[in-house]
Amino acid sequence: MSNDDLNQTGAHECADCRRAAAAAAQPISVSRRGVLAGGAGLALAALGMPGLSLAALPTDHRLIFVLLRGGMDGLAAVPAYADPAYKAARGQLAIDDPNGEQGALDLNGFFGLHPSLKNLHGMYRDGDLAVFHAVATPYRERSHFDAQKLLEVGGNQLGQVRDGWMNRMLGLYGAAGGNLGIAFNQTIPLILSGEVPVASWAPGGGEAPPEFLERLSHVYASDPLFSRLLNQAVAADALADQAGAEMAGRGMTGRGPRQVLQRTLATAVEMLKAENGHRMAVVEVGGWDTHANQGAAAGGLANQLGQLDEGLGTLNRELQPIWNKTAIVVMTEFGRTVAINGTRGTDHGTGGVAFLAGGAVNGGHVLTNWPGLDQSQLYEGRDLMPTLDSRSILKSVMTQHLGLPAGDIDRFVLPNSGAATQIRQLFATA
Amino acid sequence: MTSIQASIAASRFGLGVRPGELDGIARDHRGWILSQIQQPAAVPRQIAAMPSSAQLGNTVVEMLTRGRRMRGMSEDVRRTNRQQMTRNALQMYRNEAIARTQSAIQTTTPVYERLVHFWSNHFTVSASKNEARPFLGGFEREVIRPNVLGKFGDMLLASTRHVAMLLYLDQAQSIGPNSIAGRFGDRGLNENLAREILELHTLGVDGGYGQDDVLALSKMLTGWTVGGIRAVLPERAQSRLPEANGGDFIFAELFHEPGAKTLLGKSFPEAGEGEARAALAMLATHPSTARFIATKLARHFIADDPPQRAIDQLAAVFLNTGGDLRAVTMALVDLPEVWADPLPKVRSPNDFVIALARAANVPVPDQDLLKGMRDFGQPVWSAPSPAGWPDTAQAWLAPESLMRRVDAARSVAQAIPNSIEPMAFLEDTIGPVANADTAIWTARAPDRVEAIGLVLASPEFQRR
Repeated sequence: MSNDDLNQTGAHECADCRRAAAAAAQPISVSRRGVLAGGAGLALAALGMPGLSLAALPTDHRLIFVLLRGGMDGLAAVPAYADPAYKAARGQLAIDDPNGEQGALDLNGFFGLHPSLKNLHGMYRDGDLAVFHAVATPYRERSHFDAQKLLEVGGNQLGQVRDGWMNRMLGLYGAAGGNLGIAFNQTIPLILSGEVPVASWAPGGGEAPPEFLERLSHVYASDPLFSRLLNQAVAADALADQAGAEMAGRGMTGRGPRQVLQRTLATAVEMLKAENGHRMAVVEVGGWDTHANQGAAAGGLANQLGQLDEGLGTLNRELQPIWNKTAIVVMTEFGRTVAINGTRGTDHGTGGVAFLAGGAVNGGHVLTNWPGLDQSQLYEGRDLMPTLDSRSILKSVMTQHLGLPAGDIDRFVLPNSGAATQIRQLFATA
Repeated sequence: MTSIQASIAASRFGLGVRPGELDGIARDHRGWILSQIQQPAAVPRQIAAMPSSAQLGNTVVEMLTRGRRMRGMSEDVRRTNRQQMTRNALQMYRNEAIARTQSAIQTTTPVYERLVHFWSNHFTVSASKNEARPFLGGFEREVIRPNVLGKFGDMLLASTRHVAMLLYLDQAQSIGPNSIAGRFGDRGLNENLAREILELHTLGVDGGYGQDDVLALSKMLTGWTVGGIRAVLPERAQSRLPEANGGDFIFAELFHEPGAKTLLGKSFPEAGEGEARAALAMLATHPSTARFIATKLARHFIADDPPQRAIDQLAAVFLNTGGDLRAVTMALVDLPEVWADPLPKVRSPNDFVIALARAANVPVPDQDLLKGMRDFGQPVWSAPSPAGWPDTAQAWLAPESLMRRVDAARSVAQAIPNSIEPMAFLEDTIGPVANADTAIWTARAPDRVEAIGLVLASPEFQRR
């Protein structure tokens, strides 16, 4: 990992972010946890925050960012089956065209979806999914870790900013931003970390009694970090308990890894739907680094894609009541080599794929300035040439979906992204 | 003051305090550390008893070839065989992970064990790759343990040649396109190991290498594989490989890309197995490597954002001694920065579970240990990527993870014998660094379990 940038200070100032952090760092008494079925508002009141109602929240729109770690192979997820160079370039990894057995699910006669992406295909046909191809951050090297870092900080190059763009985005909501963000994980990924306090939640935590937590909050009083985290945890737990009550009897009790993702998402859905719930969420899915035996229509990557598809299907189904207010962005740090490598897999590449789903999305299109797959059209003779800056997508979501001012996004959230312009009419106008 | 330094010695250099231990350390905190660095620690009993990777490799190959012989058999029989293989591999991994963790809890040379954990994470091999899983304990035992106070170059070479690394980063089947095997088959080069050696094991991502260097090193590494590879080759090719145990390193000329290669501007003439050896030797003592290693050590032992002066100091010792890790570790102990601030680092889950068990001083069931690591998101040898586990508070401490630590602290408190009095427990563990708030609220707690739980959940216990 690169460490040089860790010593640099952020390139921007965000007074509201700091105020919000300072407010949340106050030692506050924790009164209850886990026993407040339906009473999260009370818990928040005990935390010194106003009893929040829908109207009091600064936004009613949701943003779910799904981060695929490891570099998903965009040409497997969204094969350009009609590109004249596709079949030869991909060899054994090529996905058949749509009329073949186990062929791609057609999008527009040129691109298709991997046959495992059935739910995504349904959303595309409903006009609720936009597909972006030949996408990349400004990063042009091939380290996972640096590539992820740049995607998560949202900068132009490493070292300019050190906290996550989504956290800075929450800073634009002022002090209330501190109630909006959550990572569905135990820990908080870089994309969501920074000065604005955010929550994290994952299934499987135990049960320390409320009285113990109350006393512990005094032990933590002089440690701002521990105080803030404990408060966030208590609030998130109260919401999750509420969500758990709603999920009761729905059979969400599986324990395998697949079920855990499903259960996490099912609870996440309830938390996002709750009136006093979180609005901006990050979900991470690992396992996309397919150096060997990645398979084509079936195999390791196909299973992985199937799991992603199932998860997005859950979100689509369960978020129906607020689907029109929801945007789901799916991104990965980079694409992979166009050609198969020596071990029936692919190595780290550049251009890749991103998805945007949601009820208000102007979907049913593949948005790309397609560079082509002929050897002469590739980046450095090996990777899909990137022609769209992933920050263009993020910027469009933040302005058109969340209604945030473009100037603030350019100044605070995605610094030095002037060249990454908005994609027009990505959302149906209300 | 001295007792604060005893606390730093026990928790930052060691793996957490065992009750009664602090007084002894306080008499000579530097001496307590140095005595563990000056001579290699004995290999813990549980660990010495495990089978070697070479032996294990044969077992794995046997399972693999049995799978191949079963090709004509029914899907049911083959499925049972696959399930058994997975169970066996899992069992080997579990035994090793338990031995490692119990040794860390019981050890009387915790400084040495911390160094093992640090270097094991630097050269990450992970259970996330099925094939590598049975060899992870062997990797630590055969590559890391013997070298943590030796030359960095020796550890790098041993790591690159070990079956776990060769499988984890796909090197075992990488084939030079112009090698004999490359000209006859449809297989070719895999650049995974070469890239991670440059980026993660030696120079660091900003260490001054490019894609051409990745390619050059991956070509130099072709032929570096394991004895077990024979089992998956056609018979004609098998006879061209040296006889070896399944888990042994072999050099397969058959796979080696011929010709001279240029790495970091230096030309290496064709030299078979010797090419990658020469390349690793050059990388091991490169100034970028010195800086990269120094930064990681300073981050682990000083602070998430380590002071530049300390990094420079460590890098200089690394360079001047040709990567002598004993000298570098001694230099670390001599840095004023490591003794300056008592609690700058948040314990990783691995450190937290071990520190809890050491403080509790009661036997912890194997199951609970593994479950603890898993529940906190750091199962033994299971880093999500070759970069290893992160080493900053930001990566480990968040609302949900804190809540789980709190739950664990309280449940461990219930296992501590009634004879232990809470304020004495506080003195014996976090005493020298305990905050007034912690002491007051521990004293006020309504019962022993609550009181001891507060100590174990306190910021002072979760930091080091």
